[in-house]
Amino acid sequence: WPYCRKRCSYCNFNKYVVPAVDEAAVGACLVREARTLLRLSQVQSVTSVFFGGGTPSLASPGTIAAVLEAIAGAAHLPTGAEVTLEANPSSACPQRLASFRVAGVNRLSIGVQSLDDTELRLLGREHTAVEARGAVEAARGLFPGRTSIDLIFGLPMQSQDAWEQGLEAALGLCDDHISLYQLTLERGTALAAQVWGGRLPAPPQDLLADMYHTACAMLVSAGFRHYEVSNFARKGAVSTHNLSYWRAEQYIGVGPGAHGRFVPWGDGGCSREARVQTLEPDAWMREVQSRGHGTRCRVVLSPLEHMGASTAPLLVMEWVMTSTHGAQRWGHFSPHLSLQAMFGAPGEAAELQRQGWLVLDSSGLRCRRRGLALLDSLLPSLLCQLQRA
Amino acid sequence: MTLAGRTAAWWARLWGPRLPAVRLCPPPGLPAGPAACQRPYSSHGKEKVDMSTYPAESIRNFSIIAHVDHGKSTLADRLLEITGTIAKTDRNKQVLDKLQVERERGITVKAQSASLFYNYEGVNYLLNLIDTPGHVDFSYEVSRSLSACQGVILVVDANEGIQAQTVANFYLAFEAQLAIIPVINKIDLKNADPERVEKQIEKLFDIPIDECVRISAKKGTNVETVLQKVIEKIPPPKCNTADPLKALVFDSTFDHYRGVIANIALFGGEIQKGHKIVSAHTKKRYEVNEVGILTPNEQPTHKLYAGQVGYVIAGMKEVTEAQIGDTLFLYKQPVEPLPGFKSAKPMVFAGMYPVDQTEYNNLKSALERLTLNDSSVTVHRDSSLALGAGWRLGFLGLLHMEVFNQRLEQEYNMSVILTAPTVPYKAVLSSAKLIKEYGKEEITIINPAQFPDKRSVSEYLEPIVLGTIVTPQEYIGKIIVLCQDRRAVQKDMVYIDEHRVMLKYLFPLNEIVVDFYDALKSLSSGYASFDYEDAGYQATDLIKMDILLNGNPVEELATIVHNDKAYATGKFMCERLKDAIPRQLFEIAIQAAIGKKIIARETLKAYRKNVVAKCYGGDITRRMKLLKRQAEGKKLMRKIGNVEVPRDAFIRVLKRQADK
Repeated sequence: WPYCRKRCSYCNFNKYVVPAVDEAAVGACLVREARTLLRLSQVQSVTSVFFGGGTPSLASPGTIAAVLEAIAGAAHLPTGAEVTLEANPSSACPQRLASFRVAGVNRLSIGVQSLDDTELRLLGREHTAVEARGAVEAARGLFPGRTSIDLIFGLPMQSQDAWEQGLEAALGLCDDHISLYQLTLERGTALAAQVWGGRLPAPPQDLLADMYHTACAMLVSAGFRHYEVSNFARKGAVSTHNLSYWRAEQYIGVGPGAHGRFVPWGDGGCSREARVQTLEPDAWMREVQSRGHGTRCRVVLSPLEHMGASTAPLLVMEWVMTSTHGAQRWGHFSPHLSLQAMFGAPGEAAELQRQGWLVLDSSGLRCRRRGLALLDSLLPSLLCQLQRA
Repeated sequence: MTLAGRTAAWWARLWGPRLPAVRLCPPPGLPAGPAACQRPYSSHGKEKVDMSTYPAESIRNFSIIAHVDHGKSTLADRLLEITGTIAKTDRNKQVLDKLQVERERGITVKAQSASLFYNYEGVNYLLNLIDTPGHVDFSYEVSRSLSACQGVILVVDANEGIQAQTVANFYLAFEAQLAIIPVINKIDLKNADPERVEKQIEKLFDIPIDECVRISAKKGTNVETVLQKVIEKIPPPKCNTADPLKALVFDSTFDHYRGVIANIALFGGEIQKGHKIVSAHTKKRYEVNEVGILTPNEQPTHKLYAGQVGYVIAGMKEVTEAQIGDTLFLYKQPVEPLPGFKSAKPMVFAGMYPVDQTEYNNLKSALERLTLNDSSVTVHRDSSLALGAGWRLGFLGLLHMEVFNQRLEQEYNMSVILTAPTVPYKAVLSSAKLIKEYGKEEITIINPAQFPDKRSVSEYLEPIVLGTIVTPQEYIGKIIVLCQDRRAVQKDMVYIDEHRVMLKYLFPLNEIVVDFYDALKSLSSGYASFDYEDAGYQATDLIKMDILLNGNPVEELATIVHNDKAYATGKFMCERLKDAIPRQLFEIAIQAAIGKKIIARETLKAYRKNVVAKCYGGDITRRMKLLKRQAEGKKLMRKIGNVEVPRDAFIRVLKRQADK
């Protein structure tokens, strides 16, 4: 759902603030595109559905229901499949959330971002801390164990204490899943302009590191598992959908600017493609209406990109997921060169293992816990090694 | 893309759309240029100007000299417009500055020439404007240009008055015994004070006040008067077409298709296509393919005659064939060669290496081409354990080095590793063994790697220069402190008017080479100016300092420093390096060492967090792209041990002040 009521100061996603949305038309196009792409992929069974945005909680429950029906009609959607909806506290009153549940949503991800009104204003959010609390409590009542909250840290002028207190408050409020994002200043956003223009201070590197490390420690002691760089879950409330990206599984992106990666068997294709749908909603709708889908860009993924794309996720999560999945998946993408042969040979990976950042064993290549926070320093080295192979 | 392709593209850019405003039709009464219009004086050939109508008496060869930013290029633009050489439009800005780097930096690096046709009191004159570079580093080029002239226009800003380079340029012209036309420019500016500038000129150069011409080159005010003065005051070249050919090569450029284009000034005789000519320097024989004038791009003519300035293309292909200062004469009619120029004396040396050794040959040919256009750069082959095969280049100054590097990048798409610049030190050897090895007692050290140990040296010598500083008096205090800090000795101090002072100091060259100019500018809010000339050598106390990263020496940063300055320099370099190197997975010790003794240290802490793993809506592509870019960047880094250093870090360390 590409629409928002207000532009947040940090967000550079593909989103549109328009006075009136022709919901019927957009809904019909979402349904049509979902059907077309499912047919194209010849997917038998869907393991998870994620409504992202924009602000999908602004869509009516009827639209959500229609899309889910379309999916269930075109492929098998098991009863237990994870169906997540992203919700903004300002469009998450209990009645509305209940209707979403009736429509088939069984997991909520709430964009709390902060529990401090000053910070929320800086981020350009349209809700207050009180509204955020209300939304989370309502969600927990309706989706117990299946409610996630998003928090942002590293705001200009945010202190370590403020962040710890905010996180403490969030821990008192939250359910079993938390996503923590460090604020990234994206080009074209109001916040970036203020920081780069010198009107707001950029938070120092060391403070960001402290915030991240403290947060990890606090969450772990509250019983959460740090299952991915930015995601924490307890009582097994891991998001299936989130993991599937990193596991390099196939996914279909429906709607303006959505990304997908799948093999278009229905089109006679046999290699995996990275696909992006048309960004602008009106143009996207016209394309869906005329040819059933709004795919703007299709790129066949090279073996290297496969390997790169599967190395990154290996490292992102495998340090806790000690299973044989890693090596198996690698074998799937690179049948000729084993993970051992690739990264066991002298080179960057071997050096990083020697320095204690990585582990390579029969279950795969993993990042050690202390390496997780430094992933962006590790990955380019591995990519260099991949490119030479 | 091959190198050849790139070069061709560059030339196309240079000669193509860059100069769209060349006027094809000179004003009535002047000899016509190209075909498009009538040519009353041209009797043969469709597209060629007949130069025989311009005897030596109607020729004036002149340069414009000025301190940087005093309006030399603007005046040149106006002169070109008035004489119809280029069309009059608002877009004529720095027409003669053809290089990308010149336009970007607003400086003239490479002298260019243009022939102007001008009718004055019923006589058609041929005025050859020989442009000169406008920076202290390029005074060598100025003197080269002046040798083809009989007079100069000395431009002084009506607001800023006489500056250091004005003084230096004046003396170059004065010593060459050229006619000097003082011109006070920018009289349209609010703070213009031409009376004061006239007085300065009278006091310092002994030129009567009434000889100054007040103009505004920007607005065109009084520019015609300048042209008339050129005709009245500058003598025509003294030479005869009946004499045998005697042509001075005062500049050369290289064209990928046509080979060497030599700019020549004829001191006798005539030259045309088909002539067999000989280089006095190499004794090689050539057949002339084309001659012509520069307007300012090349325009072929039938002949060139004594006193005229133009170009010749004669099948010279080798880099070394068109020696600047060489004399060309006709085969079997040898002449006494003209006194050659003082060859350029490099003041700054630096090592240059390809980033990747497989690029060695491409870089070699790019260097050869570029040094043909810039013969003031000296090139010696060199090699280093860490950097592989490369060269040690000698430059006129740091700006010259930067410009050269920028041209390599822009015009030849070459990325290189440049080492710390060093000045040519000397050592008087005491060790018999070393004397035998070098075959002489006194050696010149242009590479810190070859710095001989104190035990085998009786004396180290360093080059010194005589610097001229012109400043408003309120900055004198700060400037004197700066000069003392740079180990300079005051030689002279003169008030050139009530407010301005000219200071003369003897500086060790290494103290001014990197950043003195920037420091001077910043402490005087840009008002003080500086120029210098060579002043020989003096005995000094030198040591070699190494910079270590986690114990491994960084060859690019090894420097020879004065003993008193070692600690400060070492500390400073470590600090700057700390800012220039990105954090890495481990802690990095940045140290300055003399021999085994560490004299300064900074510690760059290890990264504690470097991850932004956001995968929103399956957009892995964006992240992969970023990673790929980082991986590419990694390949370009210089590895010292396991520390990765961005290549521009070194030059950033060497510039003491933040970039302007």
